Amino acid sequence: MPDAVALDVERLRADFPILQRTVYDGKPLVYLDNAATTQKPRAVLDRLAAYYADENANVHRGVHFLSAEGTETYETARRSVQRFLGAEHAHEVVFTRGTTEAINLVAHGFAGRLGPGDEVVVSALEHHANIVPWQMACERSGATLRVIPSLDTGDLDLHRLDDVFSTRTKVVAVTHTSNALGTVNDLGPIIEAARAVDAAVLIDGAQAAPHAPVDVQALGADFFVFSGHKTFGPTGIGALWGREGWLEALPPYQGGGDMIDRVTFEETTYAGLPAKFEAGTPHVAGGIGLGTALDYLLEVGMENVAAYEDGLIAYAEERLAEVDGLRFVGTPAKRAGAISFLLDGIHPYDAGTVLDRLGVAVRTGQHCAQPVMDRFGVDGTIRASFAFYNTRADVDALVEGIGKVQALFG
Amino acid sequence: MTEADRRQQAIVDEFAFLDDWMLRFQQVIEHGEAMAPLPEALKTDDRLVRGCQSRVWLDAGAEAGAFRARADSDSQLVRGLASLLVRVYDGLPVEEARAAEVWFPREIGLAEHLSPNRANGLDAMQRALRAAAG
Repeated sequence: MPDAVALDVERLRADFPILQRTVYDGKPLVYLDNAATTQKPRAVLDRLAAYYADENANVHRGVHFLSAEGTETYETARRSVQRFLGAEHAHEVVFTRGTTEAINLVAHGFAGRLGPGDEVVVSALEHHANIVPWQMACERSGATLRVIPSLDTGDLDLHRLDDVFSTRTKVVAVTHTSNALGTVNDLGPIIEAARAVDAAVLIDGAQAAPHAPVDVQALGADFFVFSGHKTFGPTGIGALWGREGWLEALPPYQGGGDMIDRVTFEETTYAGLPAKFEAGTPHVAGGIGLGTALDYLLEVGMENVAAYEDGLIAYAEERLAEVDGLRFVGTPAKRAGAISFLLDGIHPYDAGTVLDRLGVAVRTGQHCAQPVMDRFGVDGTIRASFAFYNTRADVDALVEGIGKVQALFG
Repeated sequence: MTEADRRQQAIVDEFAFLDDWMLRFQQVIEHGEAMAPLPEALKTDDRLVRGCQSRVWLDAGAEAGAFRARADSDSQLVRGLASLLVRVYDGLPVEEARAAEVWFPREIGLAEHLSPNRANGLDAMQRALRAAAG
């Protein structure tokens, strides 16, 4: 049965040149590594080329035509991010190198506000990028890291929030969607628990933003971060959204040009938002490319993307469940993007290598989430991760490939 | 031609008739299966080769003038690759092991499919063997 949604996947696939290519000896590429990075639509590629061909200039500082034009284009891209996130103000959007830098920026800011006895809460499903910066902040400040535990299903154990949160909780950093297992966390109770103790909340949206609409105002968090390259935009760019009050309160992350108001050798005063957090020449092309990618997504419609992917993921779960000797790692109540699994008696690396040779690109290993692997008692998993341009035929190719893997190693 | 080269040529000859990548993979796996497993007591952290996605243990060093090498892995493909490297290195005079250049993977089309940059650690295993030969 075709998906009854307003998304013409074949037409959209034509927007992505790389999806037309083959690998090895003419095998059509079946790209199922979207949680690692997503492919770029022609609109983004053309926009990057046009920027460098016709528009390149430094922004925010020149009196000349190109600089003024570039500044306007860059700030227009910021408004695209604002629109994509449903943010109240464009100046609440800070361009960063990606999710990792955005989390580091916030964690660095909090390190100076935390002290011994204070607590930082993360969840058992975090990517290393949402663990290590907070460990560093704890190390600097003497604060303690607390962890919301997970269940065998790969869902968070929301009944244990009372054990984890206390009046000493100052900041909570939780992923919206697990990169390793595909779990979509029920953030409501977590944000509510944080609010009850006046803790700030950061949501790692890297794996959520490509799959469903985001509305940071409705979400009720204080910070939301995501990566450009996982949302069909360029690498090396991402964004931090923060509530105006919090961004005003946090200190600058890096010093340099563009982020200052006035500099003397005695004292420097900082620029307002968002320039305060964007020291040095920004990744102008990246920002513009990201804006184009998000405009593209909004045109496709994130509601459409979510509805289509829900159908695709359900089909993939159903087909994989039929495979003898396949064990899901994580069977969350709600899933987006990724499915992690193991094949009995076959090392994930072996499976991934043979699937690759068949043209099916998956990721194997720990997925930058060692605590998740430890929690499930596995060294690693095979992870197939989807985007809106994947099809049921891609799922069929994966299942067929798994059959060949099992024949070879069985 | 050195002994290491002769051994590698024998591997290349053996793979020459396998024109399909699936058959080559199968052959690699079978070599791994034929290799004696490393005793569990030797699967220690200090024998782990870094840079592999799977766990690879290498037990190698000089014994009475000869270079001895044994290996194991929890990946069947990597175990097979390791067995081929062991076949090249094990029993060589230490001097020869030190000087050996490994070239057979690209000749049998494995470098193409299992390139040293990948997580199989072929490159890391070679470096570990060279280091063990001092």
